[in-house]
Amino acid sequence: MTDARVAGVGLTHFGTYPDRTGRDLFAEAAVRALDDAGIAPNAVEEVHYGNFMGELAEHQGHQGPLVAEAAGVSAPATRYESACASSGAAVRETVRNVRNGEVDVALVGGAERMNNLGTAGATEALAIAADDLYEVRAGMTFPGAYALMARAYFREFGGSRSDLAAIAVKNHRHALPNEHAQYRSEISVEDVLEAPMVADPLGLYDSCPLTDGASAVVLVSEAYAAERDLDTPVSITGTGQGGDRMALQDREHLARSPAAEEAAAEAYADAGIDAADVAVAEVHDCFTIAEVLAIESLGLAKHGAGIGAARRGETTADGDRPVNLSGGLKAKGHPVGATGTSQIAELTRLLRGDHPNSDHVDGTVGVAHNAGGTVASAVVHVLEVEP
Amino acid sequence: MTGDARDAGFDEFVEAIDDGEGYYLACPDGHGSLPPRRVCPECGARDLTERPLPDGGTIDTYTVVHVGTPAFEADTPYVTAVASFGPVRLTGIVRGIDADEVSVGIPVGVTVEERATTGDPVLVFRPQ
Repeated sequence: MTDARVAGVGLTHFGTYPDRTGRDLFAEAAVRALDDAGIAPNAVEEVHYGNFMGELAEHQGHQGPLVAEAAGVSAPATRYESACASSGAAVRETVRNVRNGEVDVALVGGAERMNNLGTAGATEALAIAADDLYEVRAGMTFPGAYALMARAYFREFGGSRSDLAAIAVKNHRHALPNEHAQYRSEISVEDVLEAPMVADPLGLYDSCPLTDGASAVVLVSEAYAAERDLDTPVSITGTGQGGDRMALQDREHLARSPAAEEAAAEAYADAGIDAADVAVAEVHDCFTIAEVLAIESLGLAKHGAGIGAARRGETTADGDRPVNLSGGLKAKGHPVGATGTSQIAELTRLLRGDHPNSDHVDGTVGVAHNAGGTVASAVVHVLEVEP
Repeated sequence: MTGDARDAGFDEFVEAIDDGEGYYLACPDGHGSLPPRRVCPECGARDLTERPLPDGGTIDTYTVVHVGTPAFEADTPYVTAVASFGPVRLTGIVRGIDADEVSVGIPVGVTVEERATTGDPVLVFRPQ
């Protein structure tokens, strides 16, 4: 079986662009990825695209062909929807198609337009990732769902709002040199603790922002890279996906994310690595507590120890194993359908050495963790750079 | 969200709770689940039977929601909680107690009341 090689990556700036269409955002990212790869659009054989709220934000379904056309690509195109894990799921399908020899060149990415909905409209749109009958109709919001998990975590393992604040402070600091990030400003623990409450115990600075943006990655087979003499030092060597009951109320554990544990176990086995090999991770920190659940599921911290990892400096840029050197969803931003491929793009640059935070990476293995809803969907990928 | 059409299974479940005759579905192995449901999500059994929902539950986790969706604008702030009733859990809004008095483990009953914003029915937990 061939590895899926990352030939090129592209991102828009993540920010507030309510007037920009999803198709235009994706076209910008896709063109950058193709240029980074040195591959012409007509070489692309498949397009895989993640998007979550396009029907609500843009009254637009059937977005696969729409965005392929916008990117100047004439090829079969499919949209994936798995809430916040939409483009992670798209990456997984693309990786499998490349590795099993069905395709040599594929474009995978995602885009989301959110700010045109306003805060109330976007809050409503995000909430539909939950079970409408049993959660949304009971007033469950997306921050509210993670707040329920945070309270359950505190109850089971201990921890405090200050521990969570250290995660927000870390990720804002990491985003400072990242030209794609929505927030490039330092914040303090006090700023986080004093910010308006969104869903107790999570405040405004525990939450990722509403973001407009897009991401794209060009994946190629080893044979294609060799034939064209492409410079592709980074490969996706492991892929895994896990699932769980849809509604939080139906989960055995309210303070764990077993779907991500399953995804990580599968991806690590696929790549032939274990958690100790991971040098750097991009994880789905839609809320500060989500980073805690993520690193515990990835085996980067024991259950109950993840809450203090940022405070202890283990996951900071100068720590043993930096987490979210891009700034994460928290500071870099979270254009929902673009986040999964954005993590692949950031890790690729971190590993191949052309990311402003590459100097903080000490090793050759990176992990991307992309979660949907309250982690009823989870996708994990392992990336490795040639030493 | 579906116009005048009902959500068969779910609407009857809510009405039953409103009538004080709430139920859950049980498979032969005793796994609990909620309607509409044809298959036990734990073990795949297909012969599900209605069992009376326990009168009393306990709060497993909760949050005070300060930023709600438009459909809950006039209800905000409110407490959303997940509470255990025997083998099933329900998600609902907590009323009849100050938000800062709510805690994990307190005993609650479940009723159906109206959302302040829309008048739509909502599951409500009240301290017992």
